[in-house]
This record gives sequence, structure tokens and C-alpha cells, in this order.
Amino acid sequence: MAHAHTTHAPADKYYVPHGSPWPIIGSVSLFTTVLGAALWINESSSGPVLFSVGLLLVAFMFAGWFGTVIKESENRFYNEAVDRSFRMGMMWFIFSEVMFFAAFFGALWYARQYSVPWLGGEGVKVFTNYLLWDNFEAAWPTNGPGDVGGDFETIPAFGLPAINTAILLTSGVTITIAHHALKAGKRGMLNVFLALTFLLGFTFVFLQAEEYMEAYQHLNLTLGSGIYGSTFFMLTGFHGFHVTVGAIMLTVIWIRCLRGHFTPTHHFAFEGVAWYWHFVDVVWLGLFIFVYWL
Amino acid sequence: MSTVHTHAGHQADTHHDAHDHHGPEKGWRRWVFATNHKDIGTMYLLFSLTMFFVGGTMAMIIRAELFQPGLQLVNPMFFNSMTTMHALVMIFGAVMPAFVGLANWMIPLQVGAPDMALPRMNNFSFWILPFAFTLLLSTLFVEGGAPASGWTMYPPLVLQTGDAFPLMIFAVHLMGASSIMGAINVIVTIMNMRAPGMSLLKMPLFTWSWLITAYLLIAVMPVLAGAVTMLLTDHYFGTTFFEAAGGGDPVMYQHIFWFFGHPEVYIMILPAFGIVSEIIPTFSRKRLFGYDAMVYAIASIAFLSFIVWAHHMFTVGMPLAGQMFFMLATMLIAVPTGVKVFNWTATMYKGSLSFEPPMLFALSFLFLFSIGGFSGLMLAIVPADFQYHDTYFVVAHFHYVLVPGAVFAIMAAVYYWLPKWTGHMYNNALAKAHFWASTIFVNVLFFPQHFLGLAGMPRRIPDYNTQFADWNMVSSIGAFGFGLSQLLLVAVIWQSVRGGVKATDKVWDSGMPHGLEWTLSSPPPYHSFEVAPEVK
Repeated sequence: MAHAHTTHAPADKYYVPHGSPWPIIGSVSLFTTVLGAALWINESSSGPVLFSVGLLLVAFMFAGWFGTVIKESENRFYNEAVDRSFRMGMMWFIFSEVMFFAAFFGALWYARQYSVPWLGGEGVKVFTNYLLWDNFEAAWPTNGPGDVGGDFETIPAFGLPAINTAILLTSGVTITIAHHALKAGKRGMLNVFLALTFLLGFTFVFLQAEEYMEAYQHLNLTLGSGIYGSTFFMLTGFHGFHVTVGAIMLTVIWIRCLRGHFTPTHHFAFEGVAWYWHFVDVVWLGLFIFVYWL
Repeated sequence: MSTVHTHAGHQADTHHDAHDHHGPEKGWRRWVFATNHKDIGTMYLLFSLTMFFVGGTMAMIIRAELFQPGLQLVNPMFFNSMTTMHALVMIFGAVMPAFVGLANWMIPLQVGAPDMALPRMNNFSFWILPFAFTLLLSTLFVEGGAPASGWTMYPPLVLQTGDAFPLMIFAVHLMGASSIMGAINVIVTIMNMRAPGMSLLKMPLFTWSWLITAYLLIAVMPVLAGAVTMLLTDHYFGTTFFEAAGGGDPVMYQHIFWFFGHPEVYIMILPAFGIVSEIIPTFSRKRLFGYDAMVYAIASIAFLSFIVWAHHMFTVGMPLAGQMFFMLATMLIAVPTGVKVFNWTATMYKGSLSFEPPMLFALSFLFLFSIGGFSGLMLAIVPADFQYHDTYFVVAHFHYVLVPGAVFAIMAAVYYWLPKWTGHMYNNALAKAHFWASTIFVNVLFFPQHFLGLAGMPRRIPDYNTQFADWNMVSSIGAFGFGLSQLLLVAVIWQSVRGGVKATDKVWDSGMPHGLEWTLSSPPPYHSFEVAPEVK
């Protein structure tokens, strides 16, 4: 990298990298990915190929970009002020993620609180029901007055989802133990508990996949099962994607721990990943309560 | 505001250091691999200018078609594509990137930082944009034509879009990602990189307004991403978020969209408030009448922006309690807005005013933005809105707040800081010609649209009843005049980049420009403040 020439940047200066190829590679790879996706959706044969190439480029970009940052961090390019920037940046990124989920939770809430009762003729909407959807009785879960996707069953909360809740909550504990171990300089314990954390994470993803198969193969619960199926799969799907990303992030910092990265006082990446992990945990609690249980 | 102390030798050092090891790279690498806030700011501003002309060309097509009743130039579908694309290009391509460009250039200078806090991500935020707009503009050439549903993308109409549909959705995703990263960078720079002694309430108002804007961006851009994702899955993957048959509701889209959309409107005006609050004191040679009041007013407007969204949808059939709440909450916004307008007016009172181009644009902003604000107040009244909704009155309203509002503030900012950026004073006469042409034509263009709207002319229609012919012709003449006048802006910028009278560090002959940017040379060194200045 152009900016890795100097061995040590003076720690009293805020490190400003000079000329980086990774962001433009990022832009090109995002462009390739979404163009491929759009072509795929429009049934062009080049779509899937372009999409896959784009994803590979995205992976390459992440590896290269973060690889550069890790190298700089290990060479102590980053003083406290830079560390603070990373922390603030990560917090605001997580806030943006919270707002992304808020849109889908909002849709769930709106459907249950307004659109479904209205279709059932609640309050002043009595004519909506009478004229358009006669005989429809509002209830939850529902696939709407059009019975979109046909009859379906739901996943009971206190089966697999409860087990998954326990798994994620436990992983929240293990990562905290790992963090304390890191701060106390107990590297062995750090490595073990961090490994436990990402193993629990991947187990969660595996069980979610099982649940999806059950839903599709036996319960006729699909993405097309009206508003219930829409909100169920979009919320749990985006959450599952975030857990997958989080588990990959955990694996990366685990490998870094094995290589002796991080010190008891200098380990932003560890904490950033831990925050992210707690974030997916909290989103799951919302899902468990509002999607599966109530 | 703040008094600034810089040691005389200090600056020479900074300058010297900058040349020692951190000069700009040569050739294309400087721009493509850029991490420097000034280079990235420049790219943002040039991109915005380009999009201003792309979106402007679309506006010219719209006004040419509307010059006379009947269908003359384009087919109705293409006309609707033009209104849709004009809005998307102007909002996401011209106004927002212009403000981010100004933020990039000015915030590190104003807070005394060496650069933006996260320089690589800064590059990412910018370079996503040309790709996003390649996607968006490519829809003009695909099967089924460009999106024609209006920029609000309401279902079920938007679901009739052809092959352009996924391209538009993904373009919006990319623009959102760019905005969120840009906003994170702004917040982190302001919260973490301020020079010692610069407490929050000593920050220049442009920086303040951007801090609040960035918060709005991070809060609402992900919601837009969620909304358009639901559109995508409704169209192609069988979900029924916005379809009553499945238990969803098209109105739900409007709620989610406007939860983003209303704060978005303020994202496009709050930095303008900041700019005007910098310029009016400079050319009135007085301090801002109430600095704290201005900060709190901007913050209140930002807060209120989250609880007024449904005033965009009064006619959709919502419960009376909802209409009442959103009407009253909307009217509340007039209070902090009044605080600002009187604040600016009181700043000028008994000031020793001079009328350089930035001041002219700021004054024009003050008058014309207020007109847009008043028509907004009219639209907030539910029973009146039933009459105005979806007419040219609405078009006149939001163009008054966006063109002589947001765009004029951007131009004011460019005229204010251009000598700082380029190191050259610009051609004053040409800039004034640009100002007068713009101000006159913008009123010829948009004022008659109030009459058209009140008389009942609907928006987003390529043809109209002959009773609307006269004012439409006037409006179109104003549009062509306004469009052509903007070439003067390009000429002024071009000349100033190429050369001209050397600008001093302070640029303006006024005791009042108070930000740290005026302590640096014009143009400033490549790395602004390698050693943080002290603010007392």
C-alpha cells in the first residue's frame, strides 16, 4: 500500500491515509453487484454472472480494505483520537442499522394495528370491509382477505425460536467473558470464549435455516403468505443476514486474536464487533417477542 | 462565536510541512484514490453542478411541453418520466451532494481539523454517487422507459414501471449508502476533531447546521432503503406489504416513505440556514443577533421534522385525530422558523450593509424562502390542503423553498467561499448579473404557478385546459431564462479557477467573518490544520 511506507507514524498526529484504492474498488464492486441483480431480475442471462462477480469483488474489497486498516493499527498508526473516530463511526453505523430494522418493524406494527383491522371493518372503515372484502374477519396471523399464498401455519415461539433466543443470549455472555479475558490479558480464555461465541452464532444461523425449511416444506409459510409471510421473512431474513455477517466478523477477530493482535488497552475492532453482536442480539429479542410470540 | 489565535509562524510551518511529504498526487490518482477533504469536496461540488444541469435539462423539457396546451413535444409517458427523474436527480444528485461538498470543504477548516475523520470512507461516499446515477440515468434507455411514477414512488403505480424498476431501486440504495457514510463522517469529524477550546457553542453555524443535518440523514436514509426494499419484494418476490389482498396497505408505503421524506426536506434546507447565518453577519458587519437561538431553532426544526410526515398525505383518508395532530405539529414549525427569519433580520438592523454576490443571494434567500414558508403554512391547513393537494400550488411551494431556498443558499456559499478555495477573487459584475437574472427569472418561473394551482391545474400532467395557458407560458419563459442564466455561474467559477485577483486570507473586507477558515491562506494548504489551532 502506498501509505504503509513509513514504519511508524507519530502518535501525536491524527493519521490521515494518503491515496487509497479500496474505496473506488468498493464503488465498482457495489455497482457490479446491483447491476447484476437488476439484470437478473429483468431476466437477462448476464445477470447472475455479473452479480456473482460483484459479490466476489465486494469480498475482495473488504479483505483488502480491512487488511490495510489492520496492518496500520498493528503498526500503531492510530492514536487515541483516531480510535475515538472509529468508535463513534461504528456507533452511528449501528444506529443506521437500527433505523433500517425500524422500517420493517414499523410495517409489522402498522399491519397489525391498522391495515388488517381496517380490512376487517374496524371503526370508520366499515365500508372497506362491506364493499371490498365482505366476510373478512381481522385476525393475526393472516395472509389477508385474498388468502394470498393459501392456508399456512406459523412457527410456534416456544420451540426452535426459544432455543435460538437462548443461543444468542448465551453468545452475548460468552463475548463479554472474552472481552474481560482480553482486558485481563488472559489470552487462552479469550480465544476459547470468542470461538464459542462465533460457533453459537453459526449454530443460530443453521437453526434458522432449518426453521425456514420447515416453514416452506411443511407449514406452507412462505415469503408470499400475505402480510404475515412478508413481515416474518423480511424481518427474520434481514436479521439472519446480519447474524451471518456478525459471525464472520467474530471469526475474523478470533483469527486476529490467535495471531496475537490486540492489547488490553488497544482493541477497537474487538469492541466494534462486540457492539454489533449485541445489536443483532437486541434485534432478535424484538423479533422473538413481536414476530414469534405475541 | 469565537476569537481565533494563530501564531504567525505557525501557518508557514503548516504550509511547509504540507509540501514536504503530503502534496497532492499527480494525475487521475489524486481524484480516484482521493482521501483529501478538499479534493473530495471539489469532486462533490462538480458532480452536483453536472447533475444540476442534467436535472435542469429535464426541467426545460417539462416547461417546453407545458409552454402551450396540447401535446407538442413529448409523449405523456416520457413527460412523467421527466418529472420523476428531474426530482430524483435534483434532490439526490444536485442539492444533497452540493451540501456534502460544502461540508467536506468547510467543516475541517471551520473546526480546525487536519481532514475529515474517516478519509477513506469519505472517498467511498463520493465515488458511489457517479455509479448510482449511471444506474438511475441508464433507465432512460431501457425497455419500458424511465420511472414515471413521481419521485415518491407510490405503489401500486410504481409497480407498473418496466425494466427500469430494479435499476431505480438499487440506485436509491446506493445513494442512501453514500449519504449515510457521508453523514457519519460529518458527525465524527465535528464531535471528535474540533480544535482545543472550540466548544460546541463556539462552532460556526454552518458546522452546527450540518451536525444536525447529519443526524437526520442517519436516522432516515435507512428507512427509505427499507421502503424501497419492500417495493422490490412486492414487485418480484411475492410479498404483499402494500397490497390489501394480502393484508397490507398502499397507504403504509406513504407513511414509511414520508417518515423519511419529511426529514429529507429539512436535510435540504438546514445547511442552507447555516450558510445564510454565516453570510448575513459578514456583510452586515455585525455579530449574528442570537447565536444560541439560531442553534436551538435549527435543532427544534430537526426534531419537529420527525412528527409531521403525514401532512403530505392529508387527502389519503386518515382519522380526524391524525389530521389534527399533523396539522398542528406542522404549524409549530413556523415558530422556530420565525425565530430564524427575525434573527437574520435583526442581524442586519443598523448594520453597515454591503451587497456582494453572496449577500445578494442570502437576501434573496431570506425573502423568497419566506414566501415558500408561508405557502407551506397554507398547505398545512387540512381543509385548505384538500383544495391545494396535487395542484401546481404545491409545485410552487416546494420549488420556492428548494430553488430560491436551498439552491440559492448553495450559490451564496459558493460565492462566499470560492475565493478561499481557488485563491482568486471572481468577476463581481458577472456574478451580480447571474444573481439578478436568477432572482428575476426564478420568480417569473414559479410565482405564476401559485395562481395556476389555486385555479385548479393538477401537477404531473403534460396537457391542460386552455384557461391555464397564459400563466403557463409566462412560467415557461421564466424557466428558460433561469436555465440559461445558470451558464453565468459556470463562467464565474471557470474564471475564478483559472486566475484573477489574488484573494487575501480574509477574502472579505469585513471584521466579521469569524470562522477558522479565514485564518488560513487562500487557497488553504493541502492539509488544513496539521497542528490544531487554539480557540479562545
